[in-house]
Amino acid sequence: MHIEADRDVCIGAGNCVLTLPKVFDQDDEGLVTLLEPDPPDDEAELVGRAVRLCPSGAIRITA
Amino acid sequence: MPDVLTDQLPLFPFRSPADDPFVPVTAADRHALDAPVSRVRLPTGGWTWLVTRHADVRTMLRSDAFSADAYRTGFPLLRPNPPDSPDNRRGGFIRMDGDQHQRLRRMLTAEFMIKNIRRIEPLIDGIVDRALDDLIAAGQPADLIADFALPVPSLVICHLLGVPYADHAFFQSRSRDLLDRSVPMERIRAAIADLRGYLHQLIETEHAAGARGDNLLSRLITERVDTGELETGELVGMALLLLIAGHETTANMIGLSTLLLLQHPQHFAALRSDPDLADTMVEELLRYLTIVRSGLPRVAIRDTEVGGQPIRAGEGVTALLSLANRDDTSFTGDPDDFDPYREARQHLAFGFGVHQCIGQPLARAELRVALVRLARRLPNLRLAADPGRLPTRDMSVVYGLAELPVAW
Repeated sequence: MHIEADRDVCIGAGNCVLTLPKVFDQDDEGLVTLLEPDPPDDEAELVGRAVRLCPSGAIRITA
Repeated sequence: MPDVLTDQLPLFPFRSPADDPFVPVTAADRHALDAPVSRVRLPTGGWTWLVTRHADVRTMLRSDAFSADAYRTGFPLLRPNPPDSPDNRRGGFIRMDGDQHQRLRRMLTAEFMIKNIRRIEPLIDGIVDRALDDLIAAGQPADLIADFALPVPSLVICHLLGVPYADHAFFQSRSRDLLDRSVPMERIRAAIADLRGYLHQLIETEHAAGARGDNLLSRLITERVDTGELETGELVGMALLLLIAGHETTANMIGLSTLLLLQHPQHFAALRSDPDLADTMVEELLRYLTIVRSGLPRVAIRDTEVGGQPIRAGEGVTALLSLANRDDTSFTGDPDDFDPYREARQHLAFGFGVHQCIGQPLARAELRVALVRLARRLPNLRLAADPGRLPTRDMSVVYGLAELPVAW
């Protein structure tokens, strides 16, 4: 699976980092950055949860 | 135009029953709502749409069809606004939209990001332990609100911002006034003026001294004010928001959580034996207690719809977080039960959309540390009052207990 994250939309709430710190992180400005843009399929459930918990809709699964 | 007379609509905000602070909306009030998105009457006259379903609240709070600007016509007010003045609104990004909001919020995201909150956890541990030392030393019975729930988040936010805790009596009383719907307008205006004046002077003094402190205000002075990106008046408004939000919310969560856990001694004990449970329990407490009981108000800036209900431009809409957090289509089991083993992370206690609470990593850390240490150090904690007669803050934007007498 492939994830995309939009820094322009991100509000730095940090829900994704709390859900899946292996994949999501916050940069120096506190905005989303991807540590693993193509996580293995066994992370799919947690990636889905991170997407649902994101308050601003800054992350999505594109493939 | 509404097809029913406004005075026939249920009066909002709803109140918890006097003897049960854990019922956010009584069965009678729930029954009076005739649809998941329905109209309720406001204490300021007029009405608002009330959105009660979890999915609809998410949609609404993420939609750019709504504005958070309380001075727009049609905004659903629970008490009248103070007279409009740019000076009083400067920096208050909680009531801004779009780029204006993003510009100010972004200056704070790094401050509250998860790794920075992890870094200050030892500070939270120390503050909680010292507060418990003081509570124990002062003897029993004690008021857990005044002696623990309030000082802990207040000390933490003072430290983070660089505000002297010695002034806490001053800013706590004024913060409480600002959140209280029953306080007369004159006192609201005085509270705003006092707090803005206080923070303005603090920032100017800090600025003159070179702003070398290891705190948020010093960093924003050197990185944003000195570079011309931010006006001092804006920083005053941002600091005001953080100061109020930083202690009132967490304090009320600690107080209500403690009362709830005293009613569920097996869960209080589990905090001691199973520290891994704490994170899950904190989420469930946030969901179950949802202390922003009067919800999040917005006004539609164009014709739109929520949950199938057409909403017209200029109409007020309020997201009732407390009922959304008890929506049985979004939470397993019976959402009216407190179950610390439930998956509750999808709760909306911090709001949703671009305004979602910026301090949530801090709030989670404070709650977890406060409750785990309380359970460890005072395992025999018990209520020292009639549970049906505890005074509650019914008129506050942030619901909670006014007192919680305890012994151990």
